[in-house]
Amino acid sequence: MGTSKNPLKPRWRRWKWAQNAHVLRVHSAFSPIYALPSRLDRIFRSTHMLRFILARLFSAALVVMGVSVLVFMLIHLVPGDPVEVMLGESAQPADRAALRHALGLDQPVPVQLYHYFNGLLHFDLGNSLHSQRPIVELMLERLPATLELALAALLVAVVIALPLGVLSAVRKDTAWDHSARVVSLMGISIPHFWLGPLLILVFSLWLGWLPVSGRDGLASLVLPALTLGTALAAILSRMLRATLLETLNEDYIRTARAKGLSETAVILHHTLRNALLPVVTVLGLQLGALLGGAIITEMVFSWPGIGQLTIEAIHRRDYPVVQACILLVSVTYVAVNTLTDLAYAGLDPRVRLRERG
Amino acid sequence: MMQKWTPAGILLLWLGMVIMAPWLDLQPDHIELSRILAPPGNAAWLGYDDLGRPLLDRLVAGAGTSLFVALWVVVISASIGTVVGAISAYAGGVWDHLIVRIIDIFLAFPGILLAIAMASLMGPGIDNVIIALSTVGWVGFARLARAQVLSIKQRLHVTATVSLGVGHAAIIRRHVLPLAWAPLIVEASFAVAGVVIAEAGLSFLGLGVQPPEASWGSIIRDGTRYMLVAPHMVLVPGIALMLVVLAVDLLGDQLRDWADVRSRRMG
Repeated sequence: MGTSKNPLKPRWRRWKWAQNAHVLRVHSAFSPIYALPSRLDRIFRSTHMLRFILARLFSAALVVMGVSVLVFMLIHLVPGDPVEVMLGESAQPADRAALRHALGLDQPVPVQLYHYFNGLLHFDLGNSLHSQRPIVELMLERLPATLELALAALLVAVVIALPLGVLSAVRKDTAWDHSARVVSLMGISIPHFWLGPLLILVFSLWLGWLPVSGRDGLASLVLPALTLGTALAAILSRMLRATLLETLNEDYIRTARAKGLSETAVILHHTLRNALLPVVTVLGLQLGALLGGAIITEMVFSWPGIGQLTIEAIHRRDYPVVQACILLVSVTYVAVNTLTDLAYAGLDPRVRLRERG
Repeated sequence: MMQKWTPAGILLLWLGMVIMAPWLDLQPDHIELSRILAPPGNAAWLGYDDLGRPLLDRLVAGAGTSLFVALWVVVISASIGTVVGAISAYAGGVWDHLIVRIIDIFLAFPGILLAIAMASLMGPGIDNVIIALSTVGWVGFARLARAQVLSIKQRLHVTATVSLGVGHAAIIRRHVLPLAWAPLIVEASFAVAGVVIAEAGLSFLGLGVQPPEASWGSIIRDGTRYMLVAPHMVLVPGIALMLVVLAVDLLGDQLRDWADVRSRRMG
């Protein structure tokens, strides 16, 4: 039924003007509002798109399952006995057996796996070995701090990358371009665990403008966000420069210039809008690196988030907490990637054009 | 000209430091209590660390660590990744699906998170760092090799060798992989930069080499505690790290341009 042409045909006519508008104004990717109803309509009604969404969600679910299994398997990869590590070598056999039982390690692996997945489905990740508190509770306490840091870093990245990328593309091969490119290259090469201490040294210790560490008000967020956002800013500005330069070569840019638009209007309305789409996708994909980097950044600044929880758990050999944190971050990453993919498919006119054939 | 040779020069310095280290009479573990945290001066060009060990000597020792880890990880992950990716693309069908799923699962772990988890579970140590980073690293090569082989196996010369009755292993080895090398080598050069940062990051978290072994990451970690009195302990290894990564990245860019031009000429 999916490919029957008749039900589509009247709607094609009905929205024909919108379709033409998008051919004329290629930058409808960030849509003029009049095209939105037609777009949503087409996305959700067209079987092609629906099939795409379902397939994407299915594969995301598979990946999440695989990730969960892999994280579960990690504890079995540990050389030596985690119970012995936790209790020390002189522990009584009875205590060991008790802990092993509490952890469920005395059961066969498939049974453990069943309990693990059963717990996952009920949002029960077990208890921390250190504090005996439910891990979900621990993570929920720390989650706001990490989200705050990640969003701030994202904001920093965009605020730095946009002007840098535009400047570099518009003034291509000038001193501006060269310095912007050097800055972004350095941004990519500076690891978080060095940039963090460096910023602390300059802005907290020497200048005394910002707090060294902790999470206490907006001032304490500045340095961690800068540390975490710089690498992303560098990647984004390089990407933006490349796509801008590509877009500036398009025919419709020449048309826009020929009809007498100011250079600012050409850049803002015709070039940037089209160049931003791939950049937004990269932004989604880079979020994983951001989450990974957050662990180190949080440690540098004693930022009480998921990353610090992970490191603390690693040092205490609190394996269930380590597992849970890794699972949380990875699943978040998969979810963000899937959403980025879907949004991209929904926004990119070419996906809609492809379904016509 | 400067731009072209600077990265190669920095890398040669890095390699040279490691190769020449045995002849330089270095004492990275020698402690001079009277010189704890002493700034750079005549006695030691880069000053002393928090235990009174000369920082220059430790920097050279750290260069050895990062080069050792980088080479091993890139060699291991490139070999495994290329073989897995090539087989996946060449075999196709169920195997390809399965391997792509596995690659997807590994790619779902952000950044060096999986390496951090593995290193923490296996305990610190340089071998464990290599294992952990290779576990994460092969995926990129596998994905790239798969994409390369997928396109190459469509070419006429492969069809011709198949019809001549050449064995699959020989086709992959002699007629497919030689054409897939260029991007893989470019990927390997970027991987070196990634591994150098990752190794230093793991050592920074205390999951890398164990004291008294030196790593740029662990020097930075020790230095963060004495930043106000001895900023050189953070600055020196950090600058070394950044220069090496920058140089490797730039060299990777040059390699990529070079590979591009060649493929364009070959048409």
